[in-house]
Amino acid sequence: MLEIRNLHVTVDGKEILKGIDLDVAAGEVHAIMGPNGSGKSTLSYVLAGREGYEVTEGSILFNGQDLREMGVDERAAAGIFLAFQYPLEIPGVTTMTFLKTALNAQRKARGEEELDAVRFLKLVREKAKPLNVNDEMLKRALNVGYSGGEKKRAEVLQMSLLEPSLAVLDETDSGLDIDALKTVAEGVNAMRSPERSMIVITHYQRLLDYIVPDVVHVLSGGRIVKTGGKELALELEKSGYAAYGADAA
Amino acid sequence: MAAVRETVETVGEVEKYKYGFSTDIESEKAPLGLTEDTVRFISAKKNEPAWLLEWRLAAFRRWLTMTEPTWAKVTYPPIDFQDAYYYSAPKQQAKLDSLDQVDPKLLETYEKLGIPLTEQKMLAGVAVDAVFDSVSVVTTFKEKLAEAGVIFCPMSEAVAKHPELVKKYLGSVVPTSDNFYATLNSAVFSEGSFVYIPEGVRCPMELSTYFRINEKQTGQFERTLIIAEKGSCVSYLEGCTAPQRDENQLHAAVVELVALDDAEIKYSTVQNWFPGDEEGKGGVYNFVTKRGDCRGANSKISWTQVETGSAITWKYPSCILRGDNSRGEFYSIAISNGHQQVDSGTKMIHLGRNTTSRIISKGISAGKSSNTYRGLVSVHRKAENVRNFTQCDSLLIGSKCSAHTVPYVETKNPTAVLEHEATTSKISDDQLFYCMQRGIGEEEAVALIVNGFCRDVLQQLPMEFAVEAQKLVGISLEGSVG
Ligand SMILES: Nc1ncnc2c1ncn2[C@@H]1O[C@H](COP(=O)(O)OP(=O)(O)OP(=O)(O)O)[C@@H](O)[C@H]1O
Ligand SMILES: [Mg+2]
Repeated sequence: MLEIRNLHVTVDGKEILKGIDLDVAAGEVHAIMGPNGSGKSTLSYVLAGREGYEVTEGSILFNGQDLREMGVDERAAAGIFLAFQYPLEIPGVTTMTFLKTALNAQRKARGEEELDAVRFLKLVREKAKPLNVNDEMLKRALNVGYSGGEKKRAEVLQMSLLEPSLAVLDETDSGLDIDALKTVAEGVNAMRSPERSMIVITHYQRLLDYIVPDVVHVLSGGRIVKTGGKELALELEKSGYAAYGADAA
Repeated sequence: MAAVRETVETVGEVEKYKYGFSTDIESEKAPLGLTEDTVRFISAKKNEPAWLLEWRLAAFRRWLTMTEPTWAKVTYPPIDFQDAYYYSAPKQQAKLDSLDQVDPKLLETYEKLGIPLTEQKMLAGVAVDAVFDSVSVVTTFKEKLAEAGVIFCPMSEAVAKHPELVKKYLGSVVPTSDNFYATLNSAVFSEGSFVYIPEGVRCPMELSTYFRINEKQTGQFERTLIIAEKGSCVSYLEGCTAPQRDENQLHAAVVELVALDDAEIKYSTVQNWFPGDEEGKGGVYNFVTKRGDCRGANSKISWTQVETGSAITWKYPSCILRGDNSRGEFYSIAISNGHQQVDSGTKMIHLGRNTTSRIISKGISAGKSSNTYRGLVSVHRKAENVRNFTQCDSLLIGSKCSAHTVPYVETKNPTAVLEHEATTSKISDDQLFYCMQRGIGEEEAVALIVNGFCRDVLQQLPMEFAVEAQKLVGISLEGSVG
C-alpha cells in the first residue's frame, strides 16, 4: 500500500524529516508516537501533498504510484485521507454540504455516479449515527463553534463517509472525553478491513488499547528511531522517549 | 466616448445618422450625441404625452448644468456624452434554429449554471420547440396577474394606459434632479418595467418567474417603477444569472419603489453583464440609481443584489424610511475579479419613528479588482427609536486586489441604536488545503468557501435563483486562484 524510502522533507528551508523508511501493507494499522515537534504532522502533510512541504530526497509510493506527481485532491480521490490534528473551520458551509461536495467530487474523479440529495442524506445519517453526530450538528457550519471533541468526531465521520484506503489519523484522540474516545475508536475499528491501512499518530497508549496497532514506530528528530509491536507503546508509556535519545526539536 | 463607439462599431451596427430629427422620425436610431432634439426624438418615438416630454426636457436642461460625480473609488477614462447614441429601437434578436448555432462558450456557462435546456434556448434566442410553449406560459402568467389586478408592463405601455399612476409616482422617489446619472436617465430613458399592486393584493407569483421566461434585451437607460398599494406585497427579480453581453458600454438605470402602508416590496437583482476582457478592455459601466420609499407606516422594502458583472459598478440601492415602523433591508454580494471596479452599498434614511434597517454586505475581490462598500445610515431629528444593524464583510482572494469599507453615519436623534460590524478576511491556504484533502478541486473549494461566506445573503434570494446564484459565484471566480 504505502512505501516510503529515505524521505527527506524541508519546510521553509528547514529540514524536518531526515530519512524516513516506512512500509504499510494493506490491512495494517501502524501507530506513530514521538515527542512534540518530532515531525509526525509533517509526515502526514507530506502524504497529503501540502504545499510548502518539499521532498528533497527519497520517494513515496502509494499502490505503486509516485505520490509526488499527484495533486492534493487527486491523492484524496485515490484514497488518501488525513484526519487533521487541527481541523479547519469553513464558515457558512454546513457540514452536510461540505460532506456532499467532498464525496461527490471524489466519486466524480473516480468516474462514479454522483449521489443525489436523497441518497446522500440516507448515507450520511447512517454513518453519523454510530459517531453520535446528530442532524443539528450536520446543519451547522463545518467545525465552526464545534468543541474540540466534536471536531474530532466530525473528522472521523468524514473518514467513514469517504472510505479511504489509507487513513492517517493525526492525534484524533486528543481532546476527547472517555466516552467520545470509545465512540471514535469504535468508529475507526469498524473501518478496519484487509483492504484498508491506517496510520494512527498519538501521544497516548490509551488509544492503542482500543485501536490495537500491528506495528508501533517511534519518530524522533525526523527519524524513525524504533519500531516494534503493540507492546512498544506500553514501554514508552513507562519510560518516555529519553531512551531513544530524543531531542524534541 | 471612444470606447462606446468602438464597441458599437464592432457589433457592426453603426450607420451614421443621415437625416435631421425633423425629417426622419421613422429612423431606428437617434442621432449621435445628446441635444434637446434627441430627447424630443425619444419622446416622439414613444408617442408620449406633452407632460412627459416637458418632464424629460426639464431633466435634460438640468443635466446640462451638472457634472459627473467623482467621489466613488473607480477610475475610467472621461466619458464623452456627445459621442454616444441615446436611442435605438429594441432589436429583434435573430432567431436561431438550434443550440448548435450558439456560441459554445455561452452554452458552457449555461451548463455550469444548470439552466434547463429549454430555457437555454430561450436565453440564447433559439426558436423553442413545441414541448415548451413559452408564449402560452407567458399568457397564463398574464391572465393570472390580470385576475389579481396587478399591472405589469413596459414603462412605455404604462405611460399610455395608466398615465395617472405614472404621473403621480414617476420621479417621486428619485427626482429628476437627483444625481448626474439619474438626471440623464430622466431625460433619455426608454426601456424598463412598471408594476402596480393594488391594495391588499399579494402578487400571485414571483415576478422573476415571468421574467425568466420572457427574457428581453436590457436597455441602456431603463426606468423601472414599482408601486405597492396599502397592504400589498410583491417580489421582483431583475436580471439573469446567464451572462449578458451588451454593445452599450454606458448603462444608467433608475429604479423607484413605493411602498404604502403595510406594503412589502422585495427587489432582487442578479447582474452579470460583460465585465471586460482579461486586460480590462470593454465591459459595461453600470451607473445605477435605485431607491425605495417606505412611504406608508409598517411598510418594508428589501433589496437583495448579486453583482458579478460589469467593468464598473456604481450602485447604492437605498431606502427612505418615511413611514413609522417601516423597515429597510439591503443584502448584497458584490464579486469583483480581473480588472473590475465595484463601488456599491446602500443608504438607509430614517425619517419615521421606530424605523429599522439591516445591511448585510459581502464583498469578494479577486484578481486585480477593487471592491468598495460605501454606505450611509442617516437618522433624522424626529426619528425616534431607530435601529440599524450593519455588517460588512470583505473577502480577498490573492494579493493584487483590494477591498474598502466606507461607512457614513449621521444621527440627529439620540435614541438611535446603530450597530456596525466589519470584517476583512482572506481564503487561507489552510482552508483550501483542507478542502482539497477531501478531494475537492481548487476552484470548487474556492467556490464552496465563498458561497459559505455569502450564505446570509444567498438565503434572501428567491428559491429558484438561489441555486443558480451559488453556481454563478463559483463561475465569476474562475481563474482567480493558482
Ligand atoms: N513552516 C515551518 N517553518 C519552520 N519550522 C516548521 C514549520 N512548520 C513546522 N515546523 C517545525 O517542524 C517540526 C515538526 O513539526 P510537526 O508539526 O510535524 O511536529 P509533531 O511531531 O506533529 O508535533 P506535535 O506532537 O506537537 O503535534 C517542529 O519543530 C515545527 O516547529
Ligand atoms: Mg502534530
